[in-house]
Amino acid sequence: MADNLQTLREQVLQARNAGHKLNIVGGGTKTFMGRTADPDATTLNVGEHTGIVDYHPVELVLTVRAGTPLSEIETTLAEEGQVLHFEPPHFGEHTTIGGTLACNLSGPGRPWAGSVRDQVLGVRLINGKGEHLRFGGQVMKNVAGYDVSRLQAGAMGTLGVMTEISMKVMPKPAATLTLVQDMAMDDVIHYMNSRAAEPKPITAACWIDGKVYLRLSGARSAVEATAQKWTGEVMENGEAFWRQIQDLQHDFFTGDDPLWRFSVGSTAANPTLDGPWLIDWAGSQRWYRGEADQKQLEALAKEAGGQVSLFRGGDREGEVMHHQPDALKGIQRRVKNSFDPDGIFNPGRLYSWL
Amino acid sequence: MATRPKASKAELAEQFRAFIDPEYVITDDETMKPYECDGMSMYCEMPLLVVLPETVAQVQRVMRICNENAVPVVARGAGTGLSAGAMPNKEGVVLSLAKFNRILNIDPLARTARLQPGVRNLAISEEAAQYGLYYGPDPSSQIACSIGGNVAENSGGVHCLKYGLTVHNLLSVEMVTAEGDVVTIGSDGLDGCGMDLLALVTGSEGLLGVVTEVQVKLLPKPEVARVVMAGFDSVQKGGDAVGGIIAHGIIPGGLEMMDGHAIIAADDFAQAGYPREAKALLLCEVDGTEEEVLEHIAEAEEVFRKLGATSVRTSCSEEERALLWKGRKSAFPAVGRISPDYYCMDGTIPRREIAHVLTEMEKMSEEFGLRVANVFHAGDGNLHPLILFDANVPGEFERTEAFGSSILRLCVEVGGCITGEHGVGVEKVRQMAVQFNDEELQQFHDVKAAFDPAGILNPGKGVPALKFCQEYRSLEHKQHKHDQTEAAHGG
Repeated sequence: MADNLQTLREQVLQARNAGHKLNIVGGGTKTFMGRTADPDATTLNVGEHTGIVDYHPVELVLTVRAGTPLSEIETTLAEEGQVLHFEPPHFGEHTTIGGTLACNLSGPGRPWAGSVRDQVLGVRLINGKGEHLRFGGQVMKNVAGYDVSRLQAGAMGTLGVMTEISMKVMPKPAATLTLVQDMAMDDVIHYMNSRAAEPKPITAACWIDGKVYLRLSGARSAVEATAQKWTGEVMENGEAFWRQIQDLQHDFFTGDDPLWRFSVGSTAANPTLDGPWLIDWAGSQRWYRGEADQKQLEALAKEAGGQVSLFRGGDREGEVMHHQPDALKGIQRRVKNSFDPDGIFNPGRLYSWL
Repeated sequence: MATRPKASKAELAEQFRAFIDPEYVITDDETMKPYECDGMSMYCEMPLLVVLPETVAQVQRVMRICNENAVPVVARGAGTGLSAGAMPNKEGVVLSLAKFNRILNIDPLARTARLQPGVRNLAISEEAAQYGLYYGPDPSSQIACSIGGNVAENSGGVHCLKYGLTVHNLLSVEMVTAEGDVVTIGSDGLDGCGMDLLALVTGSEGLLGVVTEVQVKLLPKPEVARVVMAGFDSVQKGGDAVGGIIAHGIIPGGLEMMDGHAIIAADDFAQAGYPREAKALLLCEVDGTEEEVLEHIAEAEEVFRKLGATSVRTSCSEEERALLWKGRKSAFPAVGRISPDYYCMDGTIPRREIAHVLTEMEKMSEEFGLRVANVFHAGDGNLHPLILFDANVPGEFERTEAFGSSILRLCVEVGGCITGEHGVGVEKVRQMAVQFNDEELQQFHDVKAAFDPAGILNPGKGVPALKFCQEYRSLEHKQHKHDQTEAAHGG
């Protein structure tokens, strides 16, 4: 636990005065994401700005410094029977909460429990002028001012250095079990969405290697009664399976082939592209492995109502995020400029033009 | 801030009539009168003119003309807002989205709905009901308020703790920018690439763009919902029970609290069978599968009894559940019956401060000589104090505003905020200076400029001009010192 705020602010001000760029790093476990960091940028280490600032289990609210490792947070919450509902992926023991929010990463329960962005209540951040600002708060509802806190989700540090994050936490479900059964890829989209449309305690739905996995969590009686009604075998080590999906540790994710992430309409037909697929989030998130033409994938993603990004591997000098239309490019450039007028933070990490 | 408009009312009207049905370009005072205010009728202003476009292309052209001529634009949905966010600008155009009232598509399998912004909130759930689905956020005004306005205000309701606010239930919006471009923010997928502009736009009170289409998520209607009503002989015990139920691991579908004044007013109005002697009443709705609800109801009853409830009653039928809610849902009009006027506040606080804040509010009530009744979304810590006053008594509204301002200051002091769901609008624009410092407010202005370089969208709302903030803070500081001195002297 260390408060490194003053050092961080000084480094931002120094960079601004000297005309240097900064590469913001938390635990350093997500360097594979985004575009290649600017080699001339100086590293700004948020990973030493750690610790739980405030935690009231009864309020369901947690405030932590941005460099705090997820593991530390989850251990503290577990003592009170609570969890980070969005099931953040751990890419190593040093994965931090700040990096998780900056990359907007959430686990298999995302369509039901919400994303990391959904749980955020407030942030403090240092903008490009070196000002330490507070947005949002520690309460569930707050509509005073623009939602700058949630804007940070997915911005990959291009708007500022997050120093503190307040978020909603939830009780750990009393019971959880997983149902597994064989199913062809052509049938699974309809199946998963039909199950999700039932008022039952479903909290994850994933398809891989000809099998569909549905997770049920909540009150024990509800979980057990639903498992009786629905088809599928109860899985022995369900939690281990979901952990592998959450942390991208499943066999599907191993190897050096480029990894593409499709964020699309949950009921969209699967893109016509041969190769290995993993379907998660009841169809809303689909992973594809292999060399592919980015333009072609973008066209397929658009057809499926969404976007595609090159999540890992492949060419990281080019664009890795879905192409943005000109009007949105203009807005994002100006938003960036409003936070970081000198373009200090993570230049080119999110888009070549930002 | 927009510079002085470059076109006269007649010139503008002529330009608009070239592509909008002339009947829907309103310039006479009599027809414009209904647009002079929204649900916050204490704040009124007549606009320059009102337009009701019928297509997105028309909205684009209106925006381009206004942008070129530096004419302010105030977008308006159903006009039910409670912070004067849709109050017209006297030199500007009111852009009503009332003609955009169609449900474009409901996809039962994907559990989504595509809507024009003028669709009423409740109409979404009514239409989705045939598929066993509904739309989560349910603000009290849901019978009248529109989804476009819900996006602008990030509206909540009684089910937020479990089902989230508007921002949690959106997939995408189509928006016309100040410069007249059409952009789609978000997609059919859940988490797209890059910074979350959808969150930024949600709750931006019409300052960043004009929403012309909304895609929302729908939820499966729970198999069953039941309400546990618990009465307590003090607000402290009621407040503790709110924390107690959550600490127990139950996330209620709704968790509402009323104080003694509100209990009696609501019970007189709705004859809901509330415990009239109670000083605090909790309505705790548990929803889910049959099994889950049975399990949680038993636990909730036990928690409330343990924490000193003087009465506990659980709904056994849909009729009984509706009756118990009727009192809460009609609390505002019920309070309206016991006072000529009331002023509804919207601060939020950490739940643990409920008892403290209610006690302080009682003291203020005596100081200001005005009654206050409290109904609130206890699960979210979202207070709705209703200050009772008579607008016909000279000076009483000013006193009411001062009382309200003190309540909001208290909310911020205990770690909360000035508005949970009603928005800042005109009404709370001064109090923004209590919650934010000048650097933060400047950052908001800079964000606004990124979307609206000429500053034509809803100018003067949401974020205060910095020059007024210093003055307001010093006034507030003096008032605060004065209150403390008075209190120290037993005043």
